[in-house]
Amino acid sequence: MDRDGSGLTGSTRQTEIAPPAAAPTWVEAARRREAWARAGRRLGLGGLAVVPLAFLGLFFAWPVATLVGRGFLGDGAAGGGLDFSEFGALLAQARTWRLIARTLGQAVVATALVGAAAVPLAHVLYKRSFPGRGLVRVLITAPFALPAVVVGLAFRSLLGRGGPLAFLGLDSSFAAVVAALAFFNLGLMVRIVGTFWQALDPRPEQAARVLGAGPFRSLLWVSLPAITPALAAGGAMVFLFCTTAFSTVLILGGVGYGTIETEIWRQTTQMLNLRAAAVLSVLQIVVVVGGLALAGAARRRRERALKLTGAGRATATAAPPLSREDWPPVVVTLVAVAAVLTPLVTLAWRSLRTASGLGLDNYRALATSRLSGLPYSVLTAAFTSVKIALVATAVAMALGIAISVVLSRRPTGPWARRTQGLLDSVFMAPLGVSAVTVGFGFLITLDHPPVNLRTSFWLIPLAQALVALPMVMRSMLPVLRAIDPRQRQAAQVLGASPLRVFATVDAHVMARPAAVGAAYAFAVSLGEFGATSFLARPDTTTLPVAIYRLIGRPGIANLGAALAAAVLLAAVTCGIMAVAELARGSKEGGEL
Amino acid sequence: MTEATAGLTVTDAIVHYGRTVAVDGVSLAVAPGEIVALVGPSGCGKSTLLRAVAGLEPLAGGRVAWDGVDLRGVPVHQRRFGLMFQDGQLFAHLSVARNVGFGLTMAGVRGAERDARVAELLELVDLAGFGRRDVTTLSGGQAQRVALARALAPRPRLLLLDEPLSALDADMREALRVQVRDILRQAGTAALWVTHDAAEAEVAADRTLRMASGHLL
Repeated sequence: MDRDGSGLTGSTRQTEIAPPAAAPTWVEAARRREAWARAGRRLGLGGLAVVPLAFLGLFFAWPVATLVGRGFLGDGAAGGGLDFSEFGALLAQARTWRLIARTLGQAVVATALVGAAAVPLAHVLYKRSFPGRGLVRVLITAPFALPAVVVGLAFRSLLGRGGPLAFLGLDSSFAAVVAALAFFNLGLMVRIVGTFWQALDPRPEQAARVLGAGPFRSLLWVSLPAITPALAAGGAMVFLFCTTAFSTVLILGGVGYGTIETEIWRQTTQMLNLRAAAVLSVLQIVVVVGGLALAGAARRRRERALKLTGAGRATATAAPPLSREDWPPVVVTLVAVAAVLTPLVTLAWRSLRTASGLGLDNYRALATSRLSGLPYSVLTAAFTSVKIALVATAVAMALGIAISVVLSRRPTGPWARRTQGLLDSVFMAPLGVSAVTVGFGFLITLDHPPVNLRTSFWLIPLAQALVALPMVMRSMLPVLRAIDPRQRQAAQVLGASPLRVFATVDAHVMARPAAVGAAYAFAVSLGEFGATSFLARPDTTTLPVAIYRLIGRPGIANLGAALAAAVLLAAVTCGIMAVAELARGSKEGGEL
Repeated sequence: MTEATAGLTVTDAIVHYGRTVAVDGVSLAVAPGEIVALVGPSGCGKSTLLRAVAGLEPLAGGRVAWDGVDLRGVPVHQRRFGLMFQDGQLFAHLSVARNVGFGLTMAGVRGAERDARVAELLELVDLAGFGRRDVTTLSGGQAQRVALARALAPRPRLLLLDEPLSALDADMREALRVQVRDILRQAGTAALWVTHDAAEAEVAADRTLRMASGHLL
């Protein structure tokens, strides 16, 4: 009877007769096995953490440390030691303060603009239903999937010389950069606010309406206070993306328009003043870390708020159809759709314009190698890009999965928990670091012994993997963290080994967000310009780098080819993201 | 309608809920000052009907009228009806007094006049002095009484109660159904009271209507 090992009968029998010292051998064996399993689990999770830790140490911490050292340590001749002279000299220049002011200024204005537009858009796209809603959502989100080089070029083709809006005189202006940044980030913000708002219980809003509040006052009194956490979280992310925007600003701002990012690039590639570039990078890291801290605080508040309102348990009521009183947000939505379409349509249209009317000449030119300033044809550059992006994606996926699994577990021991907390902050560190900092750090660290990757194929894929890693983690972590630990416990109790638990519970849930994360990582790597621009050599000229080279050259043929290449790049990245979105399905995981 | 009937009249109301027909040709009337209970099992469409009267669900057919005037096209906030939810739906970021005064603020009543009305209602629901409390510190019964005060403050023509006591424990439910009824009587407010509890309807209402699968019985 008791051989079946069922806990209940065993324990009652034990209290009756069996003295605890004389446990049967199979119990001993089970205990030993359990101890081994526990040790193995710990070792397994630890091993999972070691590889990404080593990677981040070598390719993130070391470059950043080198960079800080470059800026604040004296030269060997001066005997080393702290040296703030470059820092002081830089801060004494009015130009530096102008750069800082412009970096923060454009980020603040763009974030405010995006935040203001996101509320009516989220209302229409997430709280109301109408035919074609899915299409409009995709359209509004599409710019976020575009490579920044394409966004910069699209706005330049709209506002610059020969563009349909050239008469506004906004070329190379603050307003143009802000508009492009807002265009880029609007979809992200609408999505963050919309999904949050949708999950909230709609009845407080209805209570306000019944008590006599019109649509606007109900928004002001009830909805806005409720969605403030989402606005803050989204705003912090958008602010971060705006302060670290590089290629958009580089292409759109033109000569003389500088932010911290473009200045790092200028000091490195044109003034050859690595010291100044290093100090600026440190400055940029300070800005980014501040932004990240804000974003983290906002995210925690949002999560708490969601728990507080018990979203999720809220009844899954279908969104009501648009009604007459929705006209103000509908007007805003129509304006936003037009604003998103205009630069894209202009880009496509101008890529078809040739010396002899409309045609595909610019696209045909992509296959030829006679374009000035390029080592090979644009098409070859595209293949180089795909090759590099595939490797970068593989690296980012391996790291991202390992990190997400380690961070998603909820350990019970105080030490394990503390270690995980530490790992959490370590792994999150590169989340918001700017691509330019990565590229510059790689350039000054991995270019010479002991680790010389200067001529290695791996240099650019590794940098891109670092830039794409956050995409993978943002897609996977929330889904893994959402797994109820009792699911794993249930599998364990039923006799599944740790690997088996992973295979039944985690892997099953992970498949989809992993595919989405991989698609995003690939698209990001494909369009990556900030880091790559520091590292690309003639034989590793990627598509975005080729586009940038082409628009720097005179001649209508070069510009035409650049526009055609941009359309190609946009089509590929948007296509990949669209497939990823379809794969993600209706379940909204992550916050991409 | 040839003659104007005082109070609420619902005529052949049809409400679709997704693809299902939740309310299928219901007609009823509530006279001024009358308390009518609408009883039925969950999912029979009684809450949907209530929400349609409030204007929160569109009518697929039939009409809702007050004093003979069709309310089609009158938005929710202009109907001057009150609605009390099962779980109160107090605004968590506002104090008790600001919750109770919300409808008054929306109606343009401000300052001392509003404060006096808020105090009067808090007294009515036995919560005098609770005005400055944070609504998250209230017990379930207190929260429901604040919700009642909030709904009554702007003097609605009709109060719609959607299972107002179902979220409370049994003792509280029994005590409150008498209290709420007395308060409604005292205020002279017409009410349509949705509940699945026949005993509650018996105690609280002047008249009880029964509903099942979208129809009145």
